[in-house]
Amino acid sequence: MAETGAVERGAPGRRLSARRALGRVAWGLRAYGFIAAMWVRSTMAYRASFAMMLVANFATTFLDFAAIMIMFSQVDALGGFALPEVAFLYGTSCVAFGLSDLLLGEAERIGRRVRDGTMDILLMRPVPVLSQIAADRFALRRLGRIIQGSLVLGWSLTRLQLDWTAGEVLLTVSMVLSGGLIFGCLFVLGGAFQFWAQDASEVQNAFTYGGTTLLQYPPTVFGKELVRGATFVVPLAFVNWLPALRVLGHDDPLGLPGWVDFAAPAVALLCCAGTALVWRAGLRSYRSTGS
Amino acid sequence: MQEDAGGAVRDTDGAFIDVTDLRKTFSVRRRSGLLRRTSTEVHAVDGISFTLRRGEMTGFIGPNGAGKSTTIKMLTGILSPSGGRLRVAGVDPARDRTRLVRRIGVVFGQRTTLWWDLPLRDSYGLVRRMYRIPRARYEENLARCVELLELGGLLDVPVRQLSLGQRMRGDITAALLHDPDVLYLDEPTIGLDVVSKARVREFLLHLNAERGTTVLLTTHDLSDIEHLCERVVVIDHGRLMYDGALAGLHEVGRGERTLVVDLERELPPIEGIAGARTVRTEGPRQWLTFPATASAAPLVSRIAADYPLVDLSLREPAIEDVIARMYAA
Repeated sequence: MAETGAVERGAPGRRLSARRALGRVAWGLRAYGFIAAMWVRSTMAYRASFAMMLVANFATTFLDFAAIMIMFSQVDALGGFALPEVAFLYGTSCVAFGLSDLLLGEAERIGRRVRDGTMDILLMRPVPVLSQIAADRFALRRLGRIIQGSLVLGWSLTRLQLDWTAGEVLLTVSMVLSGGLIFGCLFVLGGAFQFWAQDASEVQNAFTYGGTTLLQYPPTVFGKELVRGATFVVPLAFVNWLPALRVLGHDDPLGLPGWVDFAAPAVALLCCAGTALVWRAGLRSYRSTGS
Repeated sequence: MQEDAGGAVRDTDGAFIDVTDLRKTFSVRRRSGLLRRTSTEVHAVDGISFTLRRGEMTGFIGPNGAGKSTTIKMLTGILSPSGGRLRVAGVDPARDRTRLVRRIGVVFGQRTTLWWDLPLRDSYGLVRRMYRIPRARYEENLARCVELLELGGLLDVPVRQLSLGQRMRGDITAALLHDPDVLYLDEPTIGLDVVSKARVREFLLHLNAERGTTVLLTTHDLSDIEHLCERVVVIDHGRLMYDGALAGLHEVGRGERTLVVDLERELPPIEGIAGARTVRTEGPRQWLTFPATASAAPLVSRIAADYPLVDLSLREPAIEDVIARMYAA
């Protein structure tokens, strides 16, 4: 059959072309951009409501830090960390998580989409499914958490009086960005698992929302087993603990070699690769079972 | 079939949608004991073959759970088939979904493809960017749909505030902005009032005549098929039951229409009218059935001449009944 032959001739080139893959990623990002922009425009039609939501988001996330401040009214240090040091952990965790929540937080709705059948509609559009899901209902009010975390981080930097070298500045910036990627991977992984188990979003919340709360406290207050799990199983420790210990001049409770403090970007990229594979497998499974 | 650089297909054998021995098997796991699970194979689509020519409007019918949606999902590339061969516009849907979706449009009667919280205009703007529709073509297509489907005053209304009929017209517009070659319609008139139904049907006929769009329509409403399709494909239990003209379906299934007449007063069952028989009486109301292939007009005039007729209504055969009789035949 002539037609089958033509398809088979075309297939290997299609699969191997790196340019094609890059083009697809670029298109996915562009699509994310215009879908998100449209949601921003549509929420900005109600400015007062948006302002209230932003303030509410700011206030509720700030309660977490208020709890820490109340604790410090009774004690001087937590696991050997002073308030500005805990604020540094809190701020970096909060900003990293806030970035991923803003950009990919909607991925947790996949289970619902599979159940109500709207996943099919996403598959019928010429835009990568992840872009459509992640950008859906893009909500700038989630900036509240990022603003709040940045303020706490800024305050901690004024109080820490560290001698900043270029390396430490770079380490701090890369920590927040890599942390955002790692949390983002958790959101997408959790979403991808919902292709198999539609009610998995609670488990996912334990790692995402639970993870950010965990990282707001020094690793020294937790048991070694938990810290080990957060390093080797779910690489949360790379979001801020390990690099922050170096910036703050604290010892690592697990006694890992020094280079791991700089490994966050590499860990984040590995997470992305693994997440991409699981996501593809999830989508493929959905397309063969339809549920 | 050969494909040129623009992605258009030159048909050599006339088959625009080509389905050969299509199969889809799901394995359903059921708990059979405390810890044991047994898995059974369900053949949702069990070896279906048919071809559609370009520009053909075809009804795709069958009872609930017959495998219609599964087949449509495979035709759109959402589901990958378990077996058989499938080509839509020369493309294998499961393999080349993203390329195919630019050439097909899908409308679901039961759920919208639009964004619930956005006005129609914003939804269409997103569709334009997603399908990368050139601005001029987009404006032209939108203007045409807005005029023919009378959407003029609704463009700034959020989708959630639209009535069912308005939403359906909005959905049809969204599916056509990128000039698809194939349009899949899944129950497009379900729940619509008579006026909306007529408008949607008229629009689809117009579209098919003007643009030569190939249409595959699933419905429970045989009158949709009567108005729109020359051909019907019937499936049940994942198998092809019938493929041909609608009139032929009635012959095969011995479809019967029902005439409900209200007389002035209670009378003995109406008798002696050729081709019709009274199946039920209830006070002054009587039910007569006659073959769906026959016209109702002579029957009505005979009854009106011989009996004190007050009111009447006509009921089309239900697809389920027709199919049930096909089995019996």
